[in-house]
Amino acid sequence: MRQDLLQRVLADVAAKRPAVVVTHLTTGAQALVHGDGGAQGDPLPAAALAAAREALAADQSRTVDTPEGPLFLHVFSPPLRLVIVGAVHIAQPLAHMAALAGYAVSVVDPRRSFATKDRFPGVALSTEWPDEAMARIAPDARTVVITLTHDPKLDDPALAAALRSGAFYIGALGSRQTHARRLERLGALGFATTDLARIHGPVGLDIGAVSPAEIAVSILAQVTERRRRGAPA
Amino acid sequence: MMQSDDAVLAEAAGWRGAGRGVALATVVATWGSSPRPVGSQLAIKDDGAFIGSVSGGCIEGAVVREAIEVIGDGRPRLLEFGVTNEQAWDVGLACGGTVRVFVERLD
Repeated sequence: MRQDLLQRVLADVAAKRPAVVVTHLTTGAQALVHGDGGAQGDPLPAAALAAAREALAADQSRTVDTPEGPLFLHVFSPPLRLVIVGAVHIAQPLAHMAALAGYAVSVVDPRRSFATKDRFPGVALSTEWPDEAMARIAPDARTVVITLTHDPKLDDPALAAALRSGAFYIGALGSRQTHARRLERLGALGFATTDLARIHGPVGLDIGAVSPAEIAVSILAQVTERRRRGAPA
Repeated sequence: MMQSDDAVLAEAAGWRGAGRGVALATVVATWGSSPRPVGSQLAIKDDGAFIGSVSGGCIEGAVVREAIEVIGDGRPRLLEFGVTNEQAWDVGLACGGTVRVFVERLD
């Protein structure tokens, strides 16, 4: 790979701009392709552009065989986003672990004594109210939303916004009792039972987690399962 | 902190910018069980230092040796590792899978 192409890839990654590096596996010829079909680098076989766009849409790197030889399509997608509502103790290890797992993490809590840089070094923090934050963040199919406050004033608006979005994982901390009451309140807002079933509550896999770090493990494990195995049948 | 694949590329760019010889190894295909998915990368410096991974540690040694050759002659190589290849390579994957790794020089 030439340095100028690598710099362009790094710039795309930094700008969260999806891109595909196409490499001819026998000649080493290489080009960078974007979603709009623009290509920079070496000339590509005719089939390369369409194949690159398909790989981009599927968000999956792959090798394809073409009449002109094998091409490797290396997809660089922006990281999945993980939004935590509630800058509570559990949010501290969860933000750290989720960042390690490759998520772009943001923490939302209007309570300024909770959402402090000292408690969350290096994490994107917001002290907006959850409904405002969620409107700005606009969760999509590449977004995780987890509420941890236990406070209906904060959790419910975030969950309602998540349910109206395509977020691929929604989770809410709280006991079975707390969760049952939460579902009643959200049901009263007009959400159907099938909508409410999207919320993982109590959040996380049942592994007997006790400490904040252990609970963070159980949550991230469930998010991982949902991401890698898809929705339960 | 563990390195994401983006961090591997950034490190490779930094090494090259500092005037070092650098190669990139990328998993381009896998069959059966394999520990690292397609797209996983390993960056190798001319002194043998490396960052990232293309397996669970089973084949990195061999890939680094090949990468030093690639840094020398600039010719990209497509390597294949699997348990059935033990005659051809001195390493294989304990998991029983097969991986194909593309090694190229950063020019």
